[in-house]
Amino acid sequence: MTAPLLSAQGLCKRYGAIAACHDVSFELNEGEALAIVGESGSGKTTLLNLIGGALAPDAGEVVYRMRDGRERALSSLSEAERRALMRSDWGFVHQDAARGLRMGVSAGGNIGERLMAVGDRHYGRIRANALEWLGRVEIAADRIDDPPTTYSGGMRQRLQIARNLVTRPRLMFMDEPTGGLDVSVQARLLDLLRGLIADMGLAVVLVTHDLAVARLLSHRILVMKEGEVIESGLTDRVLDDPQAPYTQLLVSSVLAA
Amino acid sequence: MSALQKGELLRVEGLAKAFTLHLHGGARLPVVHGVSFTVAAGECVVLGGPSGVGKSSILKMAFGNYLVGQGRILLADGERAIDIAHAPAWDILDARRRIIGYVSQFLRVIPRVGAIDIVAAAARESGLDDAAARDRAASLLARLRLPEKLWPLPPATFSGGEQQRVNIARGFAGDHRLLILDEPTASLDAVNREAVVHLIAERKAQGTGFLAIFHDEDVRARVADRIVDVSLFSDREAA
Repeated sequence: MTAPLLSAQGLCKRYGAIAACHDVSFELNEGEALAIVGESGSGKTTLLNLIGGALAPDAGEVVYRMRDGRERALSSLSEAERRALMRSDWGFVHQDAARGLRMGVSAGGNIGERLMAVGDRHYGRIRANALEWLGRVEIAADRIDDPPTTYSGGMRQRLQIARNLVTRPRLMFMDEPTGGLDVSVQARLLDLLRGLIADMGLAVVLVTHDLAVARLLSHRILVMKEGEVIESGLTDRVLDDPQAPYTQLLVSSVLAA
Repeated sequence: MSALQKGELLRVEGLAKAFTLHLHGGARLPVVHGVSFTVAAGECVVLGGPSGVGKSSILKMAFGNYLVGQGRILLADGERAIDIAHAPAWDILDARRRIIGYVSQFLRVIPRVGAIDIVAAAARESGLDDAAARDRAASLLARLRLPEKLWPLPPATFSGGEQQRVNIARGFAGDHRLLILDEPTASLDAVNREAVVHLIAERKAQGTGFLAIFHDEDVRARVADRIVDVSLFSDREAA
């Protein structure tokens, strides 16, 4: 068995008297999709930011297995190493696509920018790559020169995904990727994400309050409440046979998960 | 503690399960205790007993879908055994890809995905390449007599029986050595039940083991090698 891709050990983060994240530990394997679920204020976004390096923990450590096979503590990376990781081996899909896209730049430019950031300078190859990825996320090729401001919400989200996947990352962070979209648009996006995760063998850390999204996209679930992981396990096991009182409440409050 | 004997695919030992309903004052609902049986290669073991006696719960525990209260569920993986009751999530997922399949009573519909793609995806997951997976999916859907014009369509609008045949095809699409069947023939007519009986017989002859629930007497009589009476282990009966 190979070492995990990422491991979080004893992560803690306080905001004044409030423990937004308390003693959270888990491992993530290559190709594994992990959902972090809980209600607003449960600490799930704080945890995502701690794992993704956007926040520094008060205590604990995140260790990541780099492409060269070496395991490195995120806190030990130089700023240049961290940036390189974030634009090549990691991807981020935000609920608000405007946070993950450059809204004034064409769709092709949004995808190409990430390739250029990892050193590709060949215009024809970059454009061909951008076209291929637009196709994979079901955006018509003739929209390549339009900026995302002209796109619908669902299209923006798909463009954000293409921009991230073009560098073939091994790990994607997703924060409510289908939040705020119409139900029909959600279904299409979820189906697309499912396929991409499986085909590319992506590891995923997904934050969502939507248990149906967690069921469709994740292998394993962490349930958070008041900054702590109160239950974890195989996704269908946690949803079909929840053990903790709070998990039972969450599951029973959903119309159909 | 005994390990797996030669030829055994599954060994269930001293299994117990109770639900605690925290939203209902912490009421404790015992389901089964002391459940022990084995499934050998090429054998179909059917769980018997009245409705509510805990048959489905046992199937779900064997698949890792329900948490096990006590006991072990040893699943053969080549020379080793995986204890489904205690294995980490990652190992259970791996076992589901390679070794153990499940056909539920109802198809959980995935939006937008066509019937044949659902079945082919299951074949691919168990290791077939694209072309072989599609061939196998087509052959299963044909044997289960799903009209070919339905193959590319998402099953959401299909009838109960049509959805169930997609579900069965998906369950049989892989090369799993152990298949768990939870009343797969409940919503099928006689001709389609017949097709399922043949699929089961064929896989048994190839060494696949089955752990199943069938309410249909005729199907049960034709595929079961052994019936395990779950009421012997049931907490509901004793109450």
